[in-house]
Amino acid sequence: MSGSQAARTLREVVGPYFGDFGGRFVPEALIAALDDLTAAWEKAKGDPEFTDRLAVLHRDYTGRPSPITEVPQFAAHAGGVRIFLKREDLNHTGSHKINNVLGQALLTQLVGKTRVIAETGAGQHGVATATAAALFGLDCTIYMGEEDTRRQALNVARMRLLGAEVVPVRTGSRTLKDAINEAFRDWVANVETTNYIFGTVAGPHPFPSMVRDLQKIIGEEARSQLLQRIDRLPDAAVACVGGGSNAMGLFHAFLDDTDVRLVGCEAAGDGVASGRHAATITAGDPGVLHGARTMVLQDEDGQTVESHSISAGLDYPGVGPEHSWLASIGRAEYVPVTDAEAMSAFELLCRTEGIIPAIESAHALAGALRLGTGLVAGGADPAETVLLVCLSGRGDKDVATAAAWFDLLDPDAEVSE
Amino acid sequence: MTASRPTLRGTAGALEAARSEGRAALIVYLPVGYPDVDGSIEAARTAVAAGADIVELGLPYSDPGMDGVVIQQAVQAALDGGTRIRDVLRAVREVAATGAPTLVMTYYNPVLRYGVDAFAAALAEAGGAGLITPDLIPDEAGEWIAAADAHGLDKVFLVAPSSTTERLHLTAAASRGFVYAASTMGVTGTRATVGEKAQQLVQDTRAAGAQRVCVGLGVSTADQAAEVAGYADGVIVGSALVRTLIRPDSDRAAALTDLGELVRDLAAGVRAGGAR
Repeated sequence: MSGSQAARTLREVVGPYFGDFGGRFVPEALIAALDDLTAAWEKAKGDPEFTDRLAVLHRDYTGRPSPITEVPQFAAHAGGVRIFLKREDLNHTGSHKINNVLGQALLTQLVGKTRVIAETGAGQHGVATATAAALFGLDCTIYMGEEDTRRQALNVARMRLLGAEVVPVRTGSRTLKDAINEAFRDWVANVETTNYIFGTVAGPHPFPSMVRDLQKIIGEEARSQLLQRIDRLPDAAVACVGGGSNAMGLFHAFLDDTDVRLVGCEAAGDGVASGRHAATITAGDPGVLHGARTMVLQDEDGQTVESHSISAGLDYPGVGPEHSWLASIGRAEYVPVTDAEAMSAFELLCRTEGIIPAIESAHALAGALRLGTGLVAGGADPAETVLLVCLSGRGDKDVATAAAWFDLLDPDAEVSE
Repeated sequence: MTASRPTLRGTAGALEAARSEGRAALIVYLPVGYPDVDGSIEAARTAVAAGADIVELGLPYSDPGMDGVVIQQAVQAALDGGTRIRDVLRAVREVAATGAPTLVMTYYNPVLRYGVDAFAAALAEAGGAGLITPDLIPDEAGEWIAAADAHGLDKVFLVAPSSTTERLHLTAAASRGFVYAASTMGVTGTRATVGEKAQQLVQDTRAAGAQRVCVGLGVSTADQAAEVAGYADGVIVGSALVRTLIRPDSDRAAALTDLGELVRDLAAGVRAGGAR
């Protein structure tokens, strides 16, 4: 709690608590491992040898800095405001997940462990972890809900190509939340050899802080790129939020720029009113899930409610505790985006700019369309209105889903999804 | 046995009574709602009649991160069957009426959602002895500790082979009733051997100030119960009992017969463990 109270700015809040959120609600058996990880991370993040190695990997392996791209033809549909995309889709492995994974894989080497495990929903974090494991020569097991292994069969094959073992999880709702449960069970039993490379800013401390620290490069780069390009900050920074790692990575650089609105786009599935959604901050209540006190989709007995989204990467009934806190203090706003809105924005970016986004990222694009239109309707000068959107991943993995959604396949074509 | 049945609601009385007989106590875990609510109450009563000293009723939770496949399967079935917190409280009332101290083992979120103090009040009113909280460490448990103290409930926290001396002291000081020593690094489930680290952990936890330490995770046979009874105040058995209830033929009478037999074996085991 001391970390939060000593902070003078929002950027300095480091956990384990973010206001009332965060903490470590885990079995005692994991506390030693979490303490070790916290100590290793505290040491590594200030150690030039570690940070230099990570910087070289970012540059030579991932391809950072990722560019920002202005998308005027897309933005014409958002009241004509200026929209810049932060192109995390151009990273090696196709999403922002690699930023976090390379850091945690380096840390795994540093603490002398030989095996990594991870959970994955859409498969992007699993692919990134399998990639880093191949690069660093680590054994790798990926837990993935059976339902998601069907939705994202291509990413399962990709992980196996990279040498990872992919374990389909058949308990509970057979999605991301159950994959996380199974990964924690593995970790408790194998903690002496194994590091858990957590994929998002959720979970027990130090994961929310550590993953945030490893993803904040998104916002730091974008902030200085925008200043260099147009000599000003955006009016709003927009990102999709499942667990919330790309959003936290984007938002962090702007937390103390109080004129910059921070907008998180949650997956509203069939609509919040339908009950079939993953809009955790919009429709959830405070609770404990996967080791942190945070907003949770739950019933009146505190049972986790199954989430629904066309996007496997956002299909999660919890959210990172720092987001819950930013919502509670009003620093960030979280808006629901339905499957239909996201798919419409997905198609629009494809057609207007020649960029196929991940369906996750399409939620942020839809949020930006709505935000830009609203601002202009409210009297804002479109030429002077700038939105920064995190394009967190590319859509190759989603082509089969999109083809089904838009009915793009010939009736007799065979698709092996 | 009846003569030594403690009148105190808490588990300390039952553990002390067993100790005065020169043996460890047998603690049984059963999830409420499996095979259904009444069936789980009957199972718990059967276990008490067969020699269980203390009952741990599991509150089914959607994300049981510390449980292995057997208990996962049973609690999922309990939830699918519509088991609610109010059913757990009813089960506590009916099982506690046997005279065996009755704890609830629960992950934290259902308690938080119910309201921590309200949950403690309802549990105490139902005659429950307290809570075992597998995903709540004392560091995060301020609200529960205050509620348990206000309502006179046991606070059973866990220690593990990875716990540092400092954490053993912290956990021993925060617990009331007993400290739950996880025999091994892992989840619930039956194992061929109880972790060799368990005995050392019990010794270290006592040295850190715990008056009573019970061992769980991986105990399934009378021999294992006897072995653990040689050094611990109580032996906790869960998955092995739940497994007797999981039957493809759904023959409840046969399941209860098997459950009773296993509990009698285990009760003989804790008596064969010898006086400490």
